[in-house]
Amino acid sequence: MKFGTEIVVLSLFAFAALVAAGFGVEGPFRQHMGVLFFAVAGFTAILLRNTDFKPAAPIDTSVYMDGPIRYGAIATVFWGVVGMLVGVIIALQLAYPHLNIQPWFNFGRLRPLHTSGVVFAFGGNALLCTSLYVVQRTCRARLFGGKLAWFVFWGYQLFIVMAATGYLLGITEAREYAEPEWYVDLWLTIVWVAYLILFLGTILKRKEPHIYVANWFYLSFIVTIAMLHVVNNLSMPASFLGSKSYSAFSGVQDALTQWWYGHNAVGFFLTAGFLGMMYYFVPKQANRPVYSYRLSIVHFWAIIFLYIWAGPHHLHYTALPDWAQTLGMAFSIMLWMPSWGGMINGLMTLSGAWDKLRTDPIIRMMVMAVAFYGMSTFEGPIMSIKTVNSLSHYTDWTIGHVHSGALGWVGMISFGAIYYMVPKLWNRERLYSLRLVTWHFWLATLGIVVYAAVMWVSGIMQGLMWREYDEQGFLVYSFAETVAAMHPFYVMRAIGGAMYLTGALLMAWNVTMTILGHQREERPMPGSEPALRPAE
Amino acid sequence: MGLMDKHAIIEKNATLLLVGSLLVVTVGGIVEIAPLFYLDNTIEKVEGMRPYSPLELAGRNIYVREGCYLCHSQMIRPFRDEVERYGHYSLAAESMYDHPFQWGSKRTGPDLARVGNRYSNEWHVQHLMDPRSVVPESIMPRYAFLKDAPIEVKDFSTHLVANARVGVPYSDDMIAHANADLMAQADPNADASGVEKRYPKAKVGDRDGNPQQVTEMDALVAYLQMLGTLVDFKTYDDAAGYR
Repeated sequence: MKFGTEIVVLSLFAFAALVAAGFGVEGPFRQHMGVLFFAVAGFTAILLRNTDFKPAAPIDTSVYMDGPIRYGAIATVFWGVVGMLVGVIIALQLAYPHLNIQPWFNFGRLRPLHTSGVVFAFGGNALLCTSLYVVQRTCRARLFGGKLAWFVFWGYQLFIVMAATGYLLGITEAREYAEPEWYVDLWLTIVWVAYLILFLGTILKRKEPHIYVANWFYLSFIVTIAMLHVVNNLSMPASFLGSKSYSAFSGVQDALTQWWYGHNAVGFFLTAGFLGMMYYFVPKQANRPVYSYRLSIVHFWAIIFLYIWAGPHHLHYTALPDWAQTLGMAFSIMLWMPSWGGMINGLMTLSGAWDKLRTDPIIRMMVMAVAFYGMSTFEGPIMSIKTVNSLSHYTDWTIGHVHSGALGWVGMISFGAIYYMVPKLWNRERLYSLRLVTWHFWLATLGIVVYAAVMWVSGIMQGLMWREYDEQGFLVYSFAETVAAMHPFYVMRAIGGAMYLTGALLMAWNVTMTILGHQREERPMPGSEPALRPAE
Repeated sequence: MGLMDKHAIIEKNATLLLVGSLLVVTVGGIVEIAPLFYLDNTIEKVEGMRPYSPLELAGRNIYVREGCYLCHSQMIRPFRDEVERYGHYSLAAESMYDHPFQWGSKRTGPDLARVGNRYSNEWHVQHLMDPRSVVPESIMPRYAFLKDAPIEVKDFSTHLVANARVGVPYSDDMIAHANADLMAQADPNADASGVEKRYPKAKVGDRDGNPQQVTEMDALVAYLQMLGTLVDFKTYDDAAGYR
C-alpha cells in the first residue's frame, strides 16, 4: 500500500499530540500541542487521499532524486516572502507602536518569528534544497536512503511550523536565534541527524573520486550546526507535559554558550552553507572554473577554525572575563582574511566572463551577493574592536550590519541559486522573465542600501546621544529623547525593507509562472546580442 | 609531495573530512567556554545574592515569554554614562541564578538591570497597561492583558525543582512551600513571614490594585521591582572584586 507505514506512524504521532493537548499542565503548551495535532492530522489526511492499493510503480534509481528539491525551492520562496513580510511589519511597529496587537502580535513575540523565519525557514530551506541539488550533481550519485530526503524536508517544515506558532503563543527559551523550546529542539535534532546521514551517505556513494569544494562547506555546516544546536539548547523542562524549560547554564556561562552558538549560527548556517552555494552556482552560471583551488583549501580550513572563536565579541565590556573578550576580538579580526579569501575566490571566478554582468541579471545578483559578503565581513571585524563596540553595541548599527549580510549576501546568493535551479528542476527552457529578475535585482540592492545607510546613521547617532555630556558634566539626553530621535530612521528603514520585500514578491511571481510553464515575451536583455552586425 | 597535494587524501575520504572539520570547530569552544566553569575568578563572591522567590520567578518567566530581552538589556557596562544613567556596572554574580541569562543585545528601551525600586508599583502597572500614558516618546507595546490573566500554576514547585537540578540552591523547604509562597508574596493580608525568611529582601503585597487575585501583572512587577536590588553597593568593595 502506498504511504502505508507513513499513515500508521503519523496517526500515532497525531494521537500522541492530541493526548498532550489534553493533559498539558499549562495553556500555551496545550494550544501548541493542538497546533501539532492539526498539522500532523492534516498531513495524514492528505496522504490518505493519495494512497492506493495498486503495486507501486518501480522508482527509477538511475536518475537524480529531485522531488524534495522542487518542494524545497517552493518552500524557500514561500518562507522568504513570509519572513520578510514579518520583518516589514515589526519595522513598522517600531515606527508606529499602535500596530502592536497584544498579546500574540506584540513586537517581542513577532521579532523571533522574523529572525527564525528568514534565517531558518528561508535560509534553511535554501540550504536544504541547494545542498541536495549540488551533492547529487557533483558526486554523480542519487540521494542516499530512499525516502529519507522526504522525511528531512517535511520534518524540517514541521519544525518551522512548531517554532513559529510557539513564538506567537509565547513559548520561547529566550536564546536569540535558538528560541524554540525543548521538545521542538529535540525534534530538530532528529531531523538534523537524518539530514547529516542523507548528505554524508550521498557523498559516500559518489562516483567522482574527489569531493567537490561546495560539499566541504555544506558538510561542515551540517555537522557544526548539529554540535552548536545540541550544546546551546541543553535545558531542564519543568514538566514533560509543559513547555517551560530552564537552561542548563546560568549567567556568564550561559551568555557565552549562547553567543558561541549565536555567532556561529551566522558563521556556519549563514556563511559556510552559503559559501557552498556560491562554490557551485557561481561557476555554473558564469560557465567558468573556480578561480583558485589552493585558495579554497586554505580559506576553508581557516574559516571554520577561526569562526568558532568569535562569539565573545557579542559580550564586550559585560561581566564576561576580559581574557575571553580579548580572545574573541583577536579572532574576529583574524577572521577578516579567510572571509575575503572566499570573496576573492567567488569574484575572480568571473575572470574572463565579466561581460556577463551586462547581459545576465542572475550573475549580477550573485556578484552583488559576494560583494556584500566582502563588505559585511569587513564591517564585522571593525565592530568587534572593543573601542568601536563600546559605541556600536546595543544600537541599530548592529541591526544594519546583520541586514547587509543577511539581505545582501544570504538573500541575493539564494535568489541567484533559485533562478538558476528552477528552470532546470521543472525542465523549462528558461525563466518566465529575465527582465523581472533585473527589477528584483535593483529593488533588492536599493532596498539594502537604504536599510544599511539608515541604520548606520541611527545607530551611531543613538550611541553618541547616550554618551553626550554638556559642559557642566551632565548627561544631555534622557533615554526617552533618544527614542524619539529614532522615529524618522525607523520609517525610512521600513521603506528599505518594503523595497526588498517587493523584489521577493516579483521573484515569487516569476518562479510561479516559470513552474507553470509560461514564458514572457519580452525584448532580450541589452547587450545579449551584438548591437551592430557585420555587413553580410 | 607538497602540502596541497596531501590535501587530496582528505578530499577523497568523506569520513576523514567529517571528523577533521568537526575537530577543527570544537577547539575554539573548548578553549573559551570550558574554563569559565572552573576558574574561580569568573564569578566573584558577593553578599546578598539569593535564588528568585516563586513570585519573582513566575514574573521572570513572563519577562522571558514576552521577549522583553529583545529591547531591554540587563547588563550595565563600566562606562561613565551608563553608570550615571543606570547605576553600578553589572557584576557576574548578579546573574548567577539566571537560567537563562537575560543580558540582551539591544537597547531599543533602557537597561533594566537595576530598575528595581526606581519607580512605584503603580507606575509600573500604568506603564505596562499603556506605556505612552507615562512616557509619551515610548514605542513599547501595551501589556494590559497581563492584568486580566490570573497566574496559571498547577504546581509551581516543579519549576523550583527544575532550577535546583541545574544548580540553583533551592532548599527542600523552599520547594515544599513554593505554591504557598507564590500566593503569599502577592497577598497583602497573608502571613508572609515564611517568604521573608526564605527570600531575604523579598517585597510583599499586592501590585496591580486587585488584591483578590494574583495576576501575571503582579508577578511581572514583582520581578521588575527586585532587579538589581539584592547586592548592597554601599558595602560592596569595588577593589576587592577587581580581576
